[in-house]
Amino acid sequence: MTNLSIMIVGVGGQGSLLASKMIGTVAMKKNFDVKVSEVHGMSQRGGSVVTYVRLGEKINSPLIEQNSADIIMAFEKLEALRWIKYLKEDGKLIINDQRIDPMPVITGKEKYPEGIIEFLKSKYKDNVISIDALKVAKELGNLRVVNMVLIGILASKTSIEKEVWLEALREVLPAKLQSVNEKAFEIGYNFAVK
Amino acid sequence: MKKLMLGNEAVARGAYEAGVTVATAYPGTPSTEITENIAKYDEIYSEWSPNEKVALEVAIGASIAGARAICSMKHVGLNVAADPLFTVSYTGVNGGLVIVVADDPGMHSSQNEQDSRHYARAAKVPMLEPADSQECKDFVKEAYKISETFDTPVIIRLTTRIAHSRSLVEVSEKENYALKDYKKDFNKYVMMPAMARKRHVIVEKRIDDLKDFADKTNLNRIEWGSKEIGIITSGIAYQYSKEALGENASYLKLGMVYPLPVELIKKFASEVKTLYVIEELEPFIEDLAKKEGIKVIGKELFPLVGELSANLIREKILGINENSTNEINMPIPTRPPVLCPGCPHRGVFYVLKKLKLTVTGDIGCYTLGALPPLESMDTCVCMGASIGMAHGFEKARAREFGKKTVAVIGDSTFIHSGITGLIDIVYNKGNSTVIILDNSITGMTGHQHNPCSGFTIKNEPTKQVDLEKLAYAIGIERVKIVDTYNLKELESVIREEIAAEEPSLIIAQRPCALLKNVKFKGPLRINREKCKLCKICMRIACPAIVDNGSYIEVNEALCVGCDLCTKVCNFNAFERVGDNND
Repeated sequence: MTNLSIMIVGVGGQGSLLASKMIGTVAMKKNFDVKVSEVHGMSQRGGSVVTYVRLGEKINSPLIEQNSADIIMAFEKLEALRWIKYLKEDGKLIINDQRIDPMPVITGKEKYPEGIIEFLKSKYKDNVISIDALKVAKELGNLRVVNMVLIGILASKTSIEKEVWLEALREVLPAKLQSVNEKAFEIGYNFAVK
Repeated sequence: MKKLMLGNEAVARGAYEAGVTVATAYPGTPSTEITENIAKYDEIYSEWSPNEKVALEVAIGASIAGARAICSMKHVGLNVAADPLFTVSYTGVNGGLVIVVADDPGMHSSQNEQDSRHYARAAKVPMLEPADSQECKDFVKEAYKISETFDTPVIIRLTTRIAHSRSLVEVSEKENYALKDYKKDFNKYVMMPAMARKRHVIVEKRIDDLKDFADKTNLNRIEWGSKEIGIITSGIAYQYSKEALGENASYLKLGMVYPLPVELIKKFASEVKTLYVIEELEPFIEDLAKKEGIKVIGKELFPLVGELSANLIREKILGINENSTNEINMPIPTRPPVLCPGCPHRGVFYVLKKLKLTVTGDIGCYTLGALPPLESMDTCVCMGASIGMAHGFEKARAREFGKKTVAVIGDSTFIHSGITGLIDIVYNKGNSTVIILDNSITGMTGHQHNPCSGFTIKNEPTKQVDLEKLAYAIGIERVKIVDTYNLKELESVIREEIAAEEPSLIIAQRPCALLKNVKFKGPLRINREKCKLCKICMRIACPAIVDNGSYIEVNEALCVGCDLCTKVCNFNAFERVGDNND
């Protein structure tokens, strides 16, 4: 496999740690080299946060540069727009159709752009996959599985076997949370195949 | 067995494997997880110290007593610990002593961008710099050997991208390290002028010995590729360089950044056509290389400010620009960090703004109170500065101005270095009002215990500092305790205390909203029939209350239900979701 570069972007507090932990576990199961770069500290308090995950034969830099992400997984729409420059020309963009207003928008100093997903789809065509993961999570009765729905989509866009992802899921989550998360993962995994 | 480890976690593992038995720290991004992870090893005594100076002093004591000790901090923490650092360089060690300092190029979570490598040179102490998690672990173990062989403390320097990146680490067994004998040694450990003069000579000799060691150690290595381009680099800059240039360059990868391996650099320089130094922040390696008469290219190409990247290196050295040219024709609003929904600090800043006070601020989550729309903080310099600065404001602009000034400081920051400032106000007859934002935890760095929280790093119950008694003991006679959710009381107490002709302390209490045992009643929403669009609720700067122009809305996914908004709303427009007929 050539190196795979994945970015997880969102708003501090949305919890990208589980996603990066799971991808890291998958990489280890496949005997890949892997590096994950995380954000701690001030930006975690509601700021724009990005996690970089890179896996492959040999990884040097833990960071992903502009024009080089294979997949960007966005927990929030505006953050998808902010980081889109990092996506490769034929890279995949997975967007959670959720809006969180940043403070300058809340105070009316700046405007939250309308039609982000439509705009990105017009530009990146079929490489953009959007989903209202919050709705899916509500239906499953656990708001915390939003991430797992998105991870399911992500998994379906890699060449790594589904079973390896599920094994990783069972490794990183406590037993009582596995069942609902597996359901969320399956919904995500099958979503993009449709 | 290989494990995916954070750089900081790998440092902790290295300490464990090296047989360290005493570990100290004050939390600070990006260094906090080192000691959080060390605390998981039962074999190691670990502590959150009140500040970095105390932390280092405890570690020095442990080292001289014969144990291997480790002390961790962020870059600005080393400023606080600089006093013991410069002298422990003279005394040397008994058991190995390692100081880990985490710099923050790009200032992800810091107030300055200082380059701690200068401390190694200034204090004449060797410094290692790992480039991934495996090296974090290995270098800690190597550092103990250097420390004991050369009788010196050793500094390990991390940067954010090393400290907070995960990569694979081969873990091994714990070394059995026997406590060394402690022998009283007046000439070595009592640094009075007569003894220190002799020790300084030893320190200079030690640095010469370490220079020889630097040329021989495999901490520094050459990786040959094309000899057209030679790169001298270390730490994360090595990873960026490899990413950018691959086999198109040869690398002298330095694991020991002070003292530098002069002979090795000369050898490398003689074999490559064009030689570059790639390092973040200061031209540290570059200046020392130039001093030795080696021709290198460095800061004329690369910035002194911020982080480097592989794309930047490609652009500067190969002339290839790989940055995106894809223009997004949509304005993208910025997303600065904000006080969390339910944050106990929010009410305090709302009141301070309402009263139009000058606020000297401090370091912590509450520094976010400086940002719009709260905008109720005038200064933020360093840990503890708020109190001394409020006193300075009063002394410069006289009492009437002082009556419009308050200092705002967190509980952990107050213990760290606010107490001495408060003593100064009392002793030197100031009248300042100081507000301690007591949220029962160290918030910004992710909930570490401190002397005010009543628990140790291992969650064992312990004595709790009584801030009220402490204030009385140093001579403050006006101490008020208020709940930060009680805006009315908060406002009247602040009005009263700033008017008082003597120093006063307000302890504003309410636990951090992110603590697990803090429960809320659930999200609110706005009844649009009751809402008169006065927008007073927008002044509390809650990320869950959104102004949509024609109406105000609550983002129910963010709202926790702290009810602060209900206390500013004059029309009872906020209602709890589910309270009516949903």
